[in-house]
Amino acid sequence: MAQAKEAAARKLPGSLETNRRLDRWLKINSDGTVTVTPGKVEIGQGILTALVQMVAEELDIDVARIRLAPATTAYSPDEGITSGSRSIQESGLALRHAAAEARGLLLELAARKLGVTLEQLTVTDGIVSARSGGSVPYWELATPDLLARESTVDVSAKMPAEHVVVGTSLSRVDIPGKVTGKPSYVQDMKLPGTLHGRVSRPPGPRARLKSIDTRDVEQMPGVVAVVRDGSFLGVVAEREEQAIRAERRLARIAEWTQGEALPNNDPRNLLQLKAETEVISEKGDVSAQGARQFNAEYTKPYIAHASLAPSCAVAQWVEGKLRIWTHSQGIYPLRGDMAQVLGLPESDIVITHAEGAGCYGHNAADDVTLDAALLARAVLGKPVRLQWMREDEFGWEPFSSPMVMRMNAALDDRGNIVNWGHELWSHAHSTRPGGKGGVNLLAAWHLEKPFSAAKPGNPPLPGGGSHRNAIPLYEFPNQKVTNHLIRESPLRTSALRALGGFANAFAIECFMDELAEAAGADPVEFRLRHLKDARAKAVIEKVGKMANWKSNEKGDGERGRGIGFARYKNLAAYIAVIAEVRVEEEVRVTRLWGAVDVGQAINPDGVRNQIEGGMIQSASMALKERIDFDSVGVTTRTWNEYPIMTFVEAPEIEVALINRPEAPPVGAGEGTQGPVAAAIGNAIYNALGARLRDMPFTRDRIVAALSA
Amino acid sequence: MALTLQVNGKSRSVQADAETPLLYALRNDLGLVGSRFGCGTGLCGACMVIIDGKPVQSCDVPVSAVVGKQITTVEALGSDDALHPLQQAFIDEQAAQCGYCASGILMAAKALLDANPDPDDAAIRIALEGNLCRCGTHGRILRAIKNAAKTMRGI
Repeated sequence: MAQAKEAAARKLPGSLETNRRLDRWLKINSDGTVTVTPGKVEIGQGILTALVQMVAEELDIDVARIRLAPATTAYSPDEGITSGSRSIQESGLALRHAAAEARGLLLELAARKLGVTLEQLTVTDGIVSARSGGSVPYWELATPDLLARESTVDVSAKMPAEHVVVGTSLSRVDIPGKVTGKPSYVQDMKLPGTLHGRVSRPPGPRARLKSIDTRDVEQMPGVVAVVRDGSFLGVVAEREEQAIRAERRLARIAEWTQGEALPNNDPRNLLQLKAETEVISEKGDVSAQGARQFNAEYTKPYIAHASLAPSCAVAQWVEGKLRIWTHSQGIYPLRGDMAQVLGLPESDIVITHAEGAGCYGHNAADDVTLDAALLARAVLGKPVRLQWMREDEFGWEPFSSPMVMRMNAALDDRGNIVNWGHELWSHAHSTRPGGKGGVNLLAAWHLEKPFSAAKPGNPPLPGGGSHRNAIPLYEFPNQKVTNHLIRESPLRTSALRALGGFANAFAIECFMDELAEAAGADPVEFRLRHLKDARAKAVIEKVGKMANWKSNEKGDGERGRGIGFARYKNLAAYIAVIAEVRVEEEVRVTRLWGAVDVGQAINPDGVRNQIEGGMIQSASMALKERIDFDSVGVTTRTWNEYPIMTFVEAPEIEVALINRPEAPPVGAGEGTQGPVAAAIGNAIYNALGARLRDMPFTRDRIVAALSA
Repeated sequence: MALTLQVNGKSRSVQADAETPLLYALRNDLGLVGSRFGCGTGLCGACMVIIDGKPVQSCDVPVSAVVGKQITTVEALGSDDALHPLQQAFIDEQAAQCGYCASGILMAAKALLDANPDPDDAAIRIALEGNLCRCGTHGRILRAIKNAAKTMRGI
């Protein structure tokens, strides 16, 4: 026990534990700059700006001195995947520690040089000064091997009260370039001699290429190569529009087998499939009856990441080695899978991150990277840029799994919950590259010698995958939570913002409102009475104040308001949301209020931006979004068929941060998803007296609920 | 074939088929990558440019159809030394997350403000009907456009 404690105490913070060399993270340059090389990547969430702040803070340098290097397998620390709102905890805390340690090393050198003790020294923007006079800048002190050492535990970063850069809303480092049209994305990369690729996909996931005669296509203007490997079919051309035209011809002339029919796409179809069942929480007497029993069933459909930019990558083979530029969230796991498919040692593949559009989870970023490498292999030496078409992205990205949540509860005669049950059915929420025993890249499954996918699964609890946020934060004397994982899915499923937490928190929070009503209680008061966690109570009380919530407020048949709450993953951000809706032809979300506690906010405006964005995206998913498929494949292929929230529909949003500089910083990106959907569902009930338990809350469903 | 386009106030020659979408001519021939591909069917606005004063989705306009017309892209909205008030307002409001939609939205907003220097909230929202933002930065973008309009009116 004592040994285990000691081992834990020796652990380095965040990703430093597994990437211990300081020079993997930082370099003090003689030209007065500091290069920072995080392994986490920018996906539109503003993480790089927050990391710059954390480094500038510990080194006592101006943020303008920091140069960010893109994450690359050539030199960056392996930080796995940028996901799960973990970048502040993993990359941020590692860099904070590494920068503090670098500062300590620099001060030791300065003390020696200036002939004073450490206590005599102060640092201002990298200039170390002795109280007795004399100064020397970092840039003169730093030797090339200064950081060529492993990090040690005995380093103290600054106390929150000493922070001057952390906790301020530093402007995002990337926005000026983006609003002036500078090359900002992998989509904008242009290497000399770049050729353009496109891939022709099967009509559905079970279809395979029967026959094709590519001779005509090879003669089309600009076509450099047509690539066929099993059912993988693509083209490389000199110009982008030539590649697109050639791909369209390929699509017209290819003959595909359809394969076994896909099942219908009702989420409740999950209930019929073979599941692995696991009780993930059980306490007290799970058969406790109480005075009254309640149950309800909620669902969500397949939904898409629907990045604004179809995924893109650039690949180039040079003397048997492969160079890749990609917006993958995990360059190292991707390299592992790519090496298997291409039959190369990992050391022959260099993958460098280049930004894409916001991805919100595992979209097609990795898949398009293998596609580009396969096409580039046909034109050795030439860089091939491949951007999927919009139809490819909707048709082939990994979707967020449909889910069914069956809830039951018992109330005692005082209206308290005395028993709680939550059963959920879902496919896997994590099928990223790097899985064991297979390759998680689309094209790999279509090759002449196909690879099989790794067994689909979930990240483990406490974070969890389909069972994320399924265990309630509320305190119930008796409860049982059961996860039914259905690994085989008709369409590929993987991580989308909050994973199963989106639907689980939606179900929990709607069911809490149903129970509050049965208990004759106000939804806010009812939540507070079932919570012990002070930070949870604080965000609920705060959002109630912000929205001027009235106890037992009633809607008027058209307008209504509702609340939702969750602590993301039960271990990260606390978020409470109130939604106001107006139900006319469709449901309009008119206002959203959010109260948020992410512990120490490194960049408060960055947190707000993430929260506001999460709120709008979640509202969009709850109201509008669903991927449809027929017996062959996905039928949702354009923005017309997959509408998202527009500028005309976007609600007014008010966000308040409860800043806790003394509490560890946690991510902000995903926590709003469930609370917003629940708040909207509850607001619709408040307005209409009709309960919608199936997302999305479309007009047809409102009509059906009203006539039920 | 060789086509001559009027882009950002200059005559530019492009070697492309008549039906090549303007977007690819801008991005791949002229190096103006600020206009971005999002859907190819005029449904998302990531590729929006201004043609003879009107906001147009450049992904589904053939290059031959814009010969002789004045094309303005985000690269000519302002300069690095003198940002357009819209660009400055986007920075001031931190009105971007991934930013992929930003240049198209800036061009739609410029076309709006050129035609109507004092639009109300509803007019701005309607002007952005053809632009999607997936990150959910709508509120900041609307605020930024209102602020830019004020700056341009000298308020």
